[in-house]
Amino acid sequence: MSAPTETFLPPAPPGPITWIRQNLFNNWYNSLITILTLLLIIWAISTVINWFLYIADWRPVKEFFLLFMVGQYPQDLVWRVGISLAIICLLFGISWGIGGQLIQSFAITIGTLLGLAALIPVQIDDLTLPVRAFLIGCVALLYLGFIWGRKKPMRGLYVLIAWLLAIGLIIFGLLPGFSNSQVLPAVPSTLWGGLLVTLILAVGGIVISFPIGILLALGRRSSLPVVKGFCTAVIELIRGVPLVTILFMFSLILQVFLPVGSRFDRLIRALIAITIFSAAYMAENIRGGLQAVPSGQIEAAKAVGMNTFYINLFIVLPQAIRAVIPAIVGQFIALFKDTTLVIILGINELLGIGRSVVNADPEFIQLQLEVYLFIAAIFWIFSYAMSYSSRKLEEALGVGER
Amino acid sequence: MASNQPDELYQTQTAIPFWRDERVLRNAAQIISAIVIIGLLAWITINFIQGANQRGMALNFRFLRDPAEFPISDSVIPYDPSRSFGYAFLVGLIKTLLVSVIGIVFSTILGTLIGLARLSTNWLLSRLALVYIEFHRNIPLLVLLFLWYFPVFSSLPAVENSIQIGETVYLSERGLYLPMSRLNEGGIIWVISIILAVVLAVIVWRVLSRRQVRLGKTTYFAPISLALLVFIPIIGWFVSGGNPIRFEYPSLQGFNFQGGLRLTPEFAALVIGLTMYTAAFIAEVVRAGVQAVDRGQIDAARAIGLNQIRVLGLVVLPQALRIIIPPLISQYLNLAKNSSLAFFIGYQEVFSVGKIAINQAGRAIPVFAMVMISYLLISLFTSYILNLYNRRIQFVER
Repeated sequence: MSAPTETFLPPAPPGPITWIRQNLFNNWYNSLITILTLLLIIWAISTVINWFLYIADWRPVKEFFLLFMVGQYPQDLVWRVGISLAIICLLFGISWGIGGQLIQSFAITIGTLLGLAALIPVQIDDLTLPVRAFLIGCVALLYLGFIWGRKKPMRGLYVLIAWLLAIGLIIFGLLPGFSNSQVLPAVPSTLWGGLLVTLILAVGGIVISFPIGILLALGRRSSLPVVKGFCTAVIELIRGVPLVTILFMFSLILQVFLPVGSRFDRLIRALIAITIFSAAYMAENIRGGLQAVPSGQIEAAKAVGMNTFYINLFIVLPQAIRAVIPAIVGQFIALFKDTTLVIILGINELLGIGRSVVNADPEFIQLQLEVYLFIAAIFWIFSYAMSYSSRKLEEALGVGER
Repeated sequence: MASNQPDELYQTQTAIPFWRDERVLRNAAQIISAIVIIGLLAWITINFIQGANQRGMALNFRFLRDPAEFPISDSVIPYDPSRSFGYAFLVGLIKTLLVSVIGIVFSTILGTLIGLARLSTNWLLSRLALVYIEFHRNIPLLVLLFLWYFPVFSSLPAVENSIQIGETVYLSERGLYLPMSRLNEGGIIWVISIILAVVLAVIVWRVLSRRQVRLGKTTYFAPISLALLVFIPIIGWFVSGGNPIRFEYPSLQGFNFQGGLRLTPEFAALVIGLTMYTAAFIAEVVRAGVQAVDRGQIDAARAIGLNQIRVLGLVVLPQALRIIIPPLISQYLNLAKNSSLAFFIGYQEVFSVGKIAINQAGRAIPVFAMVMISYLLISLFTSYILNLYNRRIQFVER
């Protein structure tokens, strides 16, 4: 018997007509569904386009663009926000250069978003040519950081320290300023708003809740009944109630703890409540990762004589956290969306700004749809970009493939 | 030398100093952690009570009997501002439960439909479902509620110019008016007959289907219970006098509609927003659940000659449900908790009632404790019920 000489090629990809017949008109009810869906889509798209071209009036958004971005942050001091953005871009670039695939998708997303913002083909007064150029410069900075980080490998720890220093500098120095300074005059946090506050609350909440969440998760798995009971109770209590009640309750309770008459910064109150809320969910995510670490790892670590602290720090946590990075990104997206609730404390984050813009001018009451759609679009772009990066990250990490 | 080695070993074991003895360390850690936690809680409580006293905040529940003195719109049970605050709180709680139950029912239906559409082999339908899901999952619920409430439901025309949908549905700034069925005299007999029919049909179905499995003989359980379901209400219809219900249509009288069922704009916006938002998440849960069923199971079911519907009903769904139920529970809990956002669009449920009551001095802490406990109880109760159901349908591993 001779070996078959005939070679089998994979079937050629179907042509467009075959594809349509196979996917849209393969039997009578599918054809019916296709036609109905097509009609619905045509109707929806024509309505939306008609509204967009002839009815929509984006004046409130164009006039108050800066307000939506940074709130009432004084216009001549906005450069401080810009510098902060540039620093973050540079650090992100360096981290990308060192961390590689772990950071890559997020860095590319940030660069793309900034680039798109710089190139919006619409005349917006606040988005002047220098501002657009600056945004492009930030993208360049991101890339420069990437090249630098890749060429000169440095220890991840130093970059982490640089991150912490930079964030501390931005949050406590650059943005709020100092009351007796000429160069950096104080800008009280009551003036901050818009996307700036939304991002500060979401990023701050996730970053600060991370260590607390780890402690709670470890506590919940502890063999000491008191610690375990306490951590379980805290986690379940917080997860059982809505975020609005926590925001409200914490600002009330904090007020009771402080001396009579003193005012506590609203932004910090909101950040504390969001952090506590987020920590409970973070703990559950991390617990999932802890459970995914094979017990053989812990037994092996015990066998070589490590104590519980070292086992957790060097063996369990690195594996657990690596496994739950996608879940944490998901939690970040949820938290990013949940920051809208802080308007209950009178903080003007993005949605709060939208509400005050609508109420600012009786004319704008008719334009509410445009304002809220604009806000929805910003949230959508950020969340979608984030979840897209997370999917790419999952592919890079190979989660679920091992 | 070799003979006393075990002895030596024994001695070194007993000679472990107490600060390295696992049991002592464990107990010490236990006691220390208990002291730290109790101390922390005590410190917080004492400071808290002191602070509250300094501010003249009452930490008791005596105010529950005081008159509430604020109005609550569209209450389910009769309410007026002279009722006690405790009663007002109950009104809010009932409204939260109402919104949650309605939202859960509708979002389950809509979510399942969209999830199945997402799985459809029809490319266009599947893409449409994807667009729906991605739109709703990536914007905050509060923005969605604002979009439904401010530009849509609170910008509706005045009553005189209300939008008429069909013959009997009216939409105006006062809300959505729908026709409503009411029971005539004797109508209760018909309702009872319907309940009886359902109960009997379920019992007959279960008894006869088990009999069929046991004896291997056809017992016609499906036709018999279907017949019961149809005929008992028909008999009830005639016994009750042939006219058990009447429909009440909204009609414009003066400056307002009379009759029919009125849904306020706040309620409509809240239910629509919550339903559409949660449906997107439920659709993903359903899709993941159905996709997780092993392809081989479906092929095997086809191979033994089951038709499309039976494959779905007997093979795919029972297995998909096991995967779907746990994440579905958490979506239901999310919906119940998210109903607190009603506050922002002026629908007065338990959180809003609590928030209003706080403006009346001194009540803040107890009122908010009550609000949080209510949500906790709702969460615990829902997850308890659904976990019972979950345990029943989970695969029994032997």
